[in-house]
Amino acid sequence: MEAVLRTRALSLWYGSAQALKGVSLDVPENRVTALIGPSGCGKSTFLKTLDRMTEVIPGVRVEGEILYRGRNIFDAAVDVTTLRRQVGMVFQKPNPFPMSIYDNVAYGPRTHGIRRHGELDAIVEKSLRQAAIWDEVKDRLKRSALSLSGGQQQRICIARALAVEPDVLLMDEATSALDPISTSKIEELIAQLRQRYTIVIVTHNMQQAVRVSDQCAFFLQGELVEAGDTQAVFSAPRDPRTENYITGRFG
Amino acid sequence: MAEELTMAEQAAEWIISFFNVTDPKLVKDIFEQVPYLLNNLAFAAWETIYSTVLATLFACLIGLPLGVLLVVGAADGVRPLPSPLMKVLNVVINLLRSVPFLILMVVVFPLARVIVGTSIGTNASIVPLTIAAFPFVARLVEGSLREMDRGTVEAAQAMGCTPFQIIWKVILPESLPSLLTGFTTAFITILGYGAMSGAIGGGGLGNMALNRGHTRGMRIVLYVAVIALVLLVQAFQSIGTHFATRLDKRVTNRKARKSAQKAKRTFGPPGAM
Repeated sequence: MEAVLRTRALSLWYGSAQALKGVSLDVPENRVTALIGPSGCGKSTFLKTLDRMTEVIPGVRVEGEILYRGRNIFDAAVDVTTLRRQVGMVFQKPNPFPMSIYDNVAYGPRTHGIRRHGELDAIVEKSLRQAAIWDEVKDRLKRSALSLSGGQQQRICIARALAVEPDVLLMDEATSALDPISTSKIEELIAQLRQRYTIVIVTHNMQQAVRVSDQCAFFLQGELVEAGDTQAVFSAPRDPRTENYITGRFG
Repeated sequence: MAEELTMAEQAAEWIISFFNVTDPKLVKDIFEQVPYLLNNLAFAAWETIYSTVLATLFACLIGLPLGVLLVVGAADGVRPLPSPLMKVLNVVINLLRSVPFLILMVVVFPLARVIVGTSIGTNASIVPLTIAAFPFVARLVEGSLREMDRGTVEAAQAMGCTPFQIIWKVILPESLPSLLTGFTTAFITILGYGAMSGAIGGGGLGNMALNRGHTRGMRIVLYVAVIALVLLVQAFQSIGTHFATRLDKRVTNRKARKSAQKAKRTFGPPGAM
């Protein structure tokens, strides 16, 4: 199976504090990879580095390689804008733009130059369907996205990310701000999306990692302790630290 | 006194004696100053509006890009610029803001000769007003843009928008209501500065209040000019607030409201179907 994203000895520093210590991980295509670990272990940092979102933080230094489809994303020739279009991101807090539902989803395609109404309508409908929210909002596409509930807003954000047809979808604790019903809707959604996209999620919820992921990576203090098939990691962890964490002894 | 009295003075004398007025000076003042006001108030108000509007326009034209630069060029902005450049920019803005307006005006008025060809009058006062106000506008814009939710900018970045697209399509539209409120504040500050510029040759209501009302002791002119300034501030503040509220997408959702109205017209009120 081809690895879409592959990191090699990836280290990252915030000023003098090292947040990632030589992380090497392969993210296979059309699979869900879950990053787990206690707070501050570097899993969110790792996720953000995958589409170079850590660059906006002052004082960040990166070493090592991230290969996206065989190409180092830190190469001078790589355009960040194009990279971020291919590697989309959904955040912890739902953050729709203060516009209508339609305009939110059409935002990405529009900024990338798609103007024709028919085409935009089709993209918006397709993305909202993929994000499993079309039926709930199809009659009020012109309403402000901020009028929706948190769970709906998050699915609008997922639809917005899907509208630019990314290759990889990164989700940074995308359900931690949501209620259980919305959470299960988004988990179902992840299960459907994995047929078309490669997904990496960060989660604090280990049951969630077991439910939705194929591969699981356990981070501790910036180090990748263990990575592998989710069932294997949870049923027979190789490292005692992994075992301690998943059995709830710390974190 | 053998001097010939003017018509107004004769009328004033007559009223004072006829009504046995306790404050004869007031009646004299009214007869002397009301005609002056009738002849000059409208023009002075026009000069004030004209110079304030133009100075605000120029100050915003310079201050808006500068304020955007201050935010997006910061180390944590969407397009960080070299930090020495940002430091210089900040120092220059602070310098210009710390010079008292009256002094800045005296210093800058000669510049007006170069730019508009004269160093006295309303047109000339636009130059120092603009120079005094644009750093202020830049700071107001900076404040407005910083209020914005970072998550929204992050989302736009994560969607692969270029810095220019983020500024143009996310930051500015989202900050528009706050920017308008800021511009209104700037307008009113400039109106106040403009009144001060009357002290050294600027025109308008400030000039009228200072040079006629205060210096020559024409108290009615003074009061009326000040009242006119108060009314102008009230009017422009109301206009600014009105538009800022209307543009706030968080408060109103005009598109949706319009389509809802349309639906109502077509289908009758909801629930009636």
